[in-house]
Amino acid sequence: MLSIALKMLTGNRGKYFAIVSSLAFTSFVMTQQPATFMGIMARTYSFLTDTGRVDLWVMDPKVQFVDDIKPMQDTKLYAVRGVEGVEWAVPLYKGSIRARLDNGTFQNCVLVGLDDASLIGGPARMVEGQLADLRRSESIIVDIDGATNRLARTVNGERVPLAVGDVVELNDHRATVVGLSQASASFQSLPIVYTTYSRAKAFVPAERKLLSFILVKLRPGEDAHAVAQRIRATTGLAAYTWDEFRNLTLHYFLKNTGILINFGLSITLAFLIGAAIAGQTFYAFTLENLRHFGVLKALGAGNWTLAWMVLLQAVVAGGTGYGLGASAVALFSNFVIGANFRFLLIWQIPAAVLAMVLLVCVTTALLSIRRVVRLEPAVVFKS
Amino acid sequence: MIESDKSGQGNEPAVHCRGVTRSFGSGEARVMALRGIDLDVRHGELMMLVGPSGCGKTTLISVIAAILDADGGECRVLGEDLGRMRQAAKTAFRRRHIGFVFQSYNLVPALSAAENVAVPLLIRGEREKPAQAAAVRVLEQVGLAERARAMPDQLSGGQQQRVAIARALVHAPDLIVCDEPTSALDHRTGHALMQLMRSIVMENGRSLIIVTHDARIFEFADRIAEMDDGRIVAIGAPEQVHAAVPPAVPVPAPEASRSGGTAA
Ligand SMILES: Nc1ncnc2c1ncn2[C@@H]1O[C@H](COP(=O)(O)OP(=O)(O)OP(=O)(O)O)[C@@H](O)[C@H]1O
Ligand SMILES: [Mg+2]
Repeated sequence: MLSIALKMLTGNRGKYFAIVSSLAFTSFVMTQQPATFMGIMARTYSFLTDTGRVDLWVMDPKVQFVDDIKPMQDTKLYAVRGVEGVEWAVPLYKGSIRARLDNGTFQNCVLVGLDDASLIGGPARMVEGQLADLRRSESIIVDIDGATNRLARTVNGERVPLAVGDVVELNDHRATVVGLSQASASFQSLPIVYTTYSRAKAFVPAERKLLSFILVKLRPGEDAHAVAQRIRATTGLAAYTWDEFRNLTLHYFLKNTGILINFGLSITLAFLIGAAIAGQTFYAFTLENLRHFGVLKALGAGNWTLAWMVLLQAVVAGGTGYGLGASAVALFSNFVIGANFRFLLIWQIPAAVLAMVLLVCVTTALLSIRRVVRLEPAVVFKS
Repeated sequence: MIESDKSGQGNEPAVHCRGVTRSFGSGEARVMALRGIDLDVRHGELMMLVGPSGCGKTTLISVIAAILDADGGECRVLGEDLGRMRQAAKTAFRRRHIGFVFQSYNLVPALSAAENVAVPLLIRGEREKPAQAAAVRVLEQVGLAERARAMPDQLSGGQQQRVAIARALVHAPDLIVCDEPTSALDHRTGHALMQLMRSIVMENGRSLIIVTHDARIFEFADRIAEMDDGRIVAIGAPEQVHAAVPPAVPVPAPEASRSGGTAA
């Protein structure tokens, strides 16, 4: 009987296509919108993404998000190093600096200063050169997007990307590019310049306090939260794991911008419209088949059998539509969207969308089943 | 209760209706489709129902085949009192005992001819392979073996009708009800099919009720019941009753026939 149900579903190619494509559309929009949302949210913590992982990020307790720099006194570094459970702790500077372009204009850049000895906190992905090259004098590493766009120079009327070996003037200091790194998309899309902590100090002498973050490695077997507690108790500083710091940043943006409401609205709207279209198409399909269900009923098929048939049809249509929609999202994210508009597809999104699609299908199926159960088999003798 | 009825099947007719009524709608729009039907159909009998359009033929066979509830009266079919059965029991009853040929064929368009014919077997829970094989054998009997894989929309009206007849026969039901089974068939094919149905009745003691306007097949009937306005106005052998001529065997007035509520 279930194979009859499947043949009824797929027998009418046109109808089947209409049902499946509306479900595919719903799945697509419902996956694509949250993924875009997540992609945008990921920009808020792009600096965290690009910095190699350490066990704890230590900072001024008033810091609300990654780019909210509240410099600390250098002495705090020694205080943190003294906390029990800390294997090592290194300084990280994050600020901004003006680069002078060869046409005389200035470009604001993010300046990151890494611990001179260990270079910990450097870019996670290098495109050209090596992190260790920062040990050479006057050296800097620039992110590839910044190098090709905002920091590009004009030679004979053509724009040429900043390349390894080029010299840049940072706040009146000479600096040589020794490498290019890969950075994640951020909101401001400012070029990111990496150098050592002491050189950063030289570039921005006017600033009194330079210590933005302290990066901490735990002793083996130490619990991150316990050590974070101890750091707070002894130094008055806040310490977060990578995930906690990211969540802190996300919460700040969710709370202080309208992005959640806007996206929530458009996702809800997409879901409602998609669900309505898909549900109606399937319901109409059942109504058209009502006569055939009546025939099966007259021939002795029980209500349970018919209900299972309708449910199977709904779930198969839903599964196929979802599969197509999800594949479309995968294709879309791989080929249509460029590097500047990448969206983030965490597994929870497709899982939730599948659940939603099945919910719509099952709900519609239940409505359809109600009709089928109430159906008088005598309809079959009407011409 | 059902079991004890079965034991009395030897002397009880296959269909036994007394004072069966059925109306549609309510108030002004109320239509009395059946105004007190008394009808017996014996085991192994081929009964034809004739009468003008709208006289209640389809309504009557729907009640007898347990797909429509009567408002009143008594209707015992194959030893079971339909009036006392729940819907689920009626469904199971149809599955086991009844074969249908509907007025408008009612094949499932997404299924091939053989698949359509196999449906009653699948509903009974039989496996697909043997069901298909049985379906093809019956299609052979109705002369459609080579069209077994065709879809309904690739078949002519007459061919669809034959597929519908094959579907009514495939599970060897005890009672077969047909609404205009030969309306779309030419004289020869109609004749051949009636011969087939006739032989099925004769060989296996099954009962057949056929609604028809087709005077050319009257000769196959054991008896013909003529209906008018929700009543049976004449009943008898084909040569006695004919739609065109006045009934040779008058039946008592409906009011009088109601008193005959002495079942079995
Ligand atoms: N579901 C229904 N709702 C309302 N009225 C109905 C319904 N079914 C039948 N009727 C009415 O009951 C009467 C008998 O109908 P029925 O279909 O039994 O006639 P019939 O003898 O089969 O006619 P035909 O030869 O045209 O098929 C008609 O007046 C018809 O309009
Ligand atoms: Mg009729």
